Amino acid sequence: MSKSVAICRYGAGNVRSVELALQRLGAELTDDVENADLAILPGVGSARSAMQGLRERGLDEVLRARAKPTLGICLGLQLALESSEEDGGVDGLGIVPGRAVRLRDGRVPRIGWAYVEPQGDAYWFAHSYVAESPAVTATSEGLVAVVEHGNFTGVQFHPEKSGAAGARFLERCLSRA
Amino acid sequence: MPLPRLIPCLDVADGRVVKGVRFEQLRDVGDPVELGSAYSDAGADELVFLDITATLDARAAAVATAARVAEHVTIPFTFGGGIRSVDDACAVLEAGADKVSVNSAALARPELIEELADVLGSQAVVVAIDTENGRVRSHAATRDAARDTVEWAKECEARGAGELLVTSIDRDGTRDGYDLEQLDRIGTAVSLPVIASGGAGNAHHVAAALDIVSAALLASILHEDPRRLVELRGELKELGVELR
Repeated sequence: MSKSVAICRYGAGNVRSVELALQRLGAELTDDVENADLAILPGVGSARSAMQGLRERGLDEVLRARAKPTLGICLGLQLALESSEEDGGVDGLGIVPGRAVRLRDGRVPRIGWAYVEPQGDAYWFAHSYVAESPAVTATSEGLVAVVEHGNFTGVQFHPEKSGAAGARFLERCLSRA
Repeated sequence: MPLPRLIPCLDVADGRVVKGVRFEQLRDVGDPVELGSAYSDAGADELVFLDITATLDARAAAVATAARVAEHVTIPFTFGGGIRSVDDACAVLEAGADKVSVNSAALARPELIEELADVLGSQAVVVAIDTENGRVRSHAATRDAARDTVEWAKECEARGAGELLVTSIDRDGTRDGYDLEQLDRIGTAVSLPVIASGGAGNAHHVAAALDIVSAALLASILHEDPRRLVELRGELKELGVELR
């Protein structure tokens, strides 16, 4: 049976790739963020404008109240935390304990494919901030790559842009939803 | 650091991949979706599509091409050529591209970099820099932009660029190897990822570039043939380059 998936739309950005990736997996797309089997919070722009976009559409409350699984991607993970250092400090949704901090080492933005442990697959990353969270369940080069807390899963990488490995990851999210 | 990246570059005109020397004698070499998918299957880490017509009429065709690519290609891709405003950039990102690349438009109006970074995030903003003898060239490298390359690279970073795509014009098409000294100077001056372009003739050249920058743009070295990418990846791995 195909699962229903709602992708949160709250501003300009690359939601199309997420949509296409889920369509390829046979998911049924819906606008009903409250009741969909899986809700996806994609990452769009900066933390402050993204939080504003969520609040304007009432999506902050809908996401906090969701009883079914939610997947946050990239900035979508960071927005679920309690706060972010970005834009001089921004309050997050507070769904997952922790905060987003600026990357301090290496070249920033951190862009490219990197292995995620313990799974072992390489996924594509593109970020300047990263989560610090006790809910971490997988890392990449010592950085938080996946957080899981209650029914929320957040990934710092972009499964929708990570080829076959990304498709497998999204398929697992769908099958668990 | 993430793994070094190999990024095939496809020149696009009116929805087709073309090969030619600066607008002259353009030859049709295939469909962007078919070639892009084949490069993805061959192990490309990302793709760059450069719309080399980039006239006003070509904008709609470019967005349509980005949309078709996004439907079939599941690795990240950058779209460049003719992007002069936030609206232009949003159109290709909303079609499914991950980044935009700007060059002459940013030189003409550097605030464009800030505007793009504000709306799209720095990670989606690539500034392409054409350089010759330490100076920036503009308008498909036909004009002197009256800027020092390293200074311009630093300004791009300060304005919010996410990556720099540096093409050494004097090496482009020579297959004599990348201008490693110039790449090193730029890489030292900024903390952004740098993508090297221009001059790759063999795997040793690519390996030497990946020693000092984050990614290598691959154009003529591939001969528009995805099988050549498979071979190149094999050669690079033998040289000790850790690839995906």
